[in-house]
Amino acid sequence: MIAAFDFGDAIDFIVNGRESVTGGLQVGGSQLLPQLWRHLELTGASVGIACLVAIPLALWLGHLRKGQFAVASIANVGRAVPSLALIGFAVAYIGLGFPNALLALTLLAIPPIFVNTYVGIASVEPEIVDAARGQGMTEPQVVHKVEMPLAVPLIFGGVRTSVVNVIATATIAPLIGVVTLGDAIVSPQVYGDAGQLGAAICVALLAIVAEVTLALLQRWATPKGLKLSSDRKRRSLFTSPRRVPVP
Amino acid sequence: MSWVPFFAQVTIHRRTATCETKNGFCPDWIINNFGDRYVDPLFRHLELVLVSVAIGFVVAFALGLLAHRRRWLVGPIVGVTGILYTIPSVAAFLLLIPITGFGLLTAVIALSAYTLLIIFRNVVTGLAATPDEARDAARGMGLTENQLLWRVEVPLALPEIFAGVRIATTTTVGLAALAFFAGAGGLGALIFSDLSFKSNVVVAGGLCILMAMVLDGLLLIAQRLSTPWVRAARA
Repeated sequence: MIAAFDFGDAIDFIVNGRESVTGGLQVGGSQLLPQLWRHLELTGASVGIACLVAIPLALWLGHLRKGQFAVASIANVGRAVPSLALIGFAVAYIGLGFPNALLALTLLAIPPIFVNTYVGIASVEPEIVDAARGQGMTEPQVVHKVEMPLAVPLIFGGVRTSVVNVIATATIAPLIGVVTLGDAIVSPQVYGDAGQLGAAICVALLAIVAEVTLALLQRWATPKGLKLSSDRKRRSLFTSPRRVPVP
Repeated sequence: MSWVPFFAQVTIHRRTATCETKNGFCPDWIINNFGDRYVDPLFRHLELVLVSVAIGFVVAFALGLLAHRRRWLVGPIVGVTGILYTIPSVAAFLLLIPITGFGLLTAVIALSAYTLLIIFRNVVTGLAATPDEARDAARGMGLTENQLLWRVEVPLALPEIFAGVRIATTTTVGLAALAFFAGAGGLGALIFSDLSFKSNVVVAGGLCILMAMVLDGLLLIAQRLSTPWVRAARA
């Protein structure tokens, strides 16, 4: 019964808002919108920059099928550094602010995108690449017209993983001075327990909505031929490729 | 008032020397404070990781065996564990507090839920990848379906299963750094307690990274020892 009461109060915080515990400040309700916007802005910017950095580099290395060791190291280090530690390093060494948060989250977003793109390109069968060369395609054409379309599901999978990770970590971005939806989570002394729980509900919904949207986009972006072959395996929305490549 | 114990986990420490007041990286401070401040949270962190991965492994392995026999279960199980995996850990901890209370239990439930997807997927892929020739040979030698599973399919799937457990373990080390939101302490509580003090962040963050690497290395050794035929085939 206590649980039901807690959740009811949290939903009231999301829908109606209230005065802060410390008094004098309106929190929750429509005040959540600017925080949601900040959350999306931070997520979009860091994943966007990560894509711009990671995808071209991984396309190039993957096409040459070189640098397996570097890719494996990036995958391992990327997993081993906790997101809180990453935020902590950023606060201690470069300080608070949006650009610093952006840098930390971009670093967090790069490994899954980089590794998935590399694996997607490098695992295109050599026979297919040879056939493309035999038809007279130049190397950039091989990448653009053959390897990239075949790697789309994996590249998209990497972006999806990064988006979900970054949304989760942007939740603790108020620690580095960016007021996202997580503000109520790290400052329960201002927002109260209901605010903390309400923000947790918002963040969880945001992550699920982002994941489902990207899964649909991934279906849409996957070349028809690939989709046909995967439909035969009866893949559901959630089993579409998002596997973590194992170095 | 769950935030009272939430902040009670955070101990404020006094600092006097100039390096410390400047929030610098101070080897002396680290040497003097390591034993008192970092050892207990380190073991708490390790406890969280080991318990959660162990529970997650047992559940995911059982689900994997079940889905190996009944393939139609794979989709629904991946769907449900996939949604669990998508919920940000901080939110999961807070959502569980009204139900399971403030403390270790909540953290372990959420952390083991995160390992399910990774381990389950690898168990199912590993078991399904058994070559048909190996299955036929085993059947021809008179093995029952159960013997086939435990003597042929599971051993051949070990590298894939280990890979899943390794990824799950390193991921859990990182997620456990946020378990203090559930009231379970760990190294994350220390990072959070003084974010701008370089010495603190480097030691606590560094211990997390070190733990992930050591556990990963130990699992790799265990994998090599339990699959001697892989090396024999390569040589």
